[in-house]
Amino acid sequence: MSQEIGEKTPLFDEHVAAGAQMVNFAGWQMPVRYSSLMEEHHQVRRDAGAFDVSHMCSVDITGPDARAFLRVLLACDIDRVSTAGKAIYGCMLNADGKVIDDLITYFFSDDFFRCVVNAGCREKDLSWIRSQAASFHVDIRERTDLAMIAVQGPSARDKAAVLWTEDEQQTIAELKRFNAQCIRPDYMVARTGYTGEDGYEIVLPATEAVDTWRALIGAGVQPIGLGARDTLRLEAGMNLYGNDMDESVGPLESGLSWTVHCKNTERQFIGRTALEAQKKAGVSQKLVGLLLLDKGVLRHDYPVSTNAGDGIITSGGFAPTLEQSIALARVPADAEGTCTVSVRKRSLNARIVPYPFVRDGKACND
Amino acid sequence: MSNPTDRRYVSSHEWIKDNGDGTFSVGISDHAQSELGDLVFVEIPEVGTEVSKGDAIAVVESVKAASDIYAPVAGTVCAANEELHDNPELINSSAFADGWMFKLEGVTAIDLEALLDAAAYDATIG
Repeated sequence: MSQEIGEKTPLFDEHVAAGAQMVNFAGWQMPVRYSSLMEEHHQVRRDAGAFDVSHMCSVDITGPDARAFLRVLLACDIDRVSTAGKAIYGCMLNADGKVIDDLITYFFSDDFFRCVVNAGCREKDLSWIRSQAASFHVDIRERTDLAMIAVQGPSARDKAAVLWTEDEQQTIAELKRFNAQCIRPDYMVARTGYTGEDGYEIVLPATEAVDTWRALIGAGVQPIGLGARDTLRLEAGMNLYGNDMDESVGPLESGLSWTVHCKNTERQFIGRTALEAQKKAGVSQKLVGLLLLDKGVLRHDYPVSTNAGDGIITSGGFAPTLEQSIALARVPADAEGTCTVSVRKRSLNARIVPYPFVRDGKACND
Repeated sequence: MSNPTDRRYVSSHEWIKDNGDGTFSVGISDHAQSELGDLVFVEIPEVGTEVSKGDAIAVVESVKAASDIYAPVAGTVCAANEELHDNPELINSSAFADGWMFKLEGVTAIDLEALLDAAAYDATIG
């Protein structure tokens, strides 16, 4: 299991030395768990955990047209971020209004933005971004020289403070949620994450990754694998590209309407025309949460039968915080109440619920 | 954990033990539970089910994934470990004893002897 082929992050040797079970994820050799996935999940909900997310790709968009370019490239309105360090989450769509990727874009100055994109989409994203940039004065740079470490959990911000000088700590303590600061050249601290807990995502020079990782572990932050990262994000109701949406669906049927900003009618972003036509015709599907009422575990691709027709589970699993199985499912727009899910030869009952399921350590549904 | 020598194994990580009363307990090895991680659900076969060697007759689900469990030999299911419905983690904590999954009867000695002994199974998991 530990001999997989794939790229290595700067922390690869640390994971192996810690006894992690390694898997290939999006072409990278990543730790899926160090010991018990369940304990790692609870560790993040109750205390603090560190994730190596160096497989994710930072793409710096610089130059005089950077903002003008992002106005067109992204379905979210980049003009909503105008104070240095502010971040915005949204989708990059193709002309048909389908999702090429979801990403966070950080604003630092009108000629410097940073997009963080999914590892599995790195190559197609870069080629798409470059192909769309032809008529803009922008420079697009993939930052393979940077690593990324997330520290998440109710104690994460306190425990991560060991990484910084007192002045830096002061700056970072003032960060509001979904804001970032570059505290040194090529060293960015963002109050963002993918777990539903408070904490930071730190983008830093790859050469500093090992020392930073060790300092976090030394401060009592436990290493957490991709397995718990997935159960944490599912409980937090956060989409996973490739599971919950891809180039066969749009944001409106993927629970991402809130990230699509059409208010500024002047802003002709890629995919806008297709989305407006879709809205006019009526969006036929929606992404919902499912709580499994029977025993068992919901999984990706299981068929769902609702009052309004058939649907499919896009992400499913066991939710350690809730001690029951949950899922995200794409179902007809009028679906509500209880539904059934086909699991092998059985038909299990589930309830359609809003999500997130868990936020800041607390269950959101009764 | 070393694999007990009082039973036989298959390379898909199930064990089968002669209980001496005409019944044979089946479970998964400690190595298998360790690879799967925390188990959260077990689907065990109904009593009376007739199985052929290699049939997928049970499912163990970890947080991450569902895995089939195969019948190591032919026989008829004569008991199922109902404890696993409420406590699937018994397989994690006691794969070779309390975490047994079901019992077979009508097993032939020749089928059993064709399976791996503890040393041969050890060799397969390196």
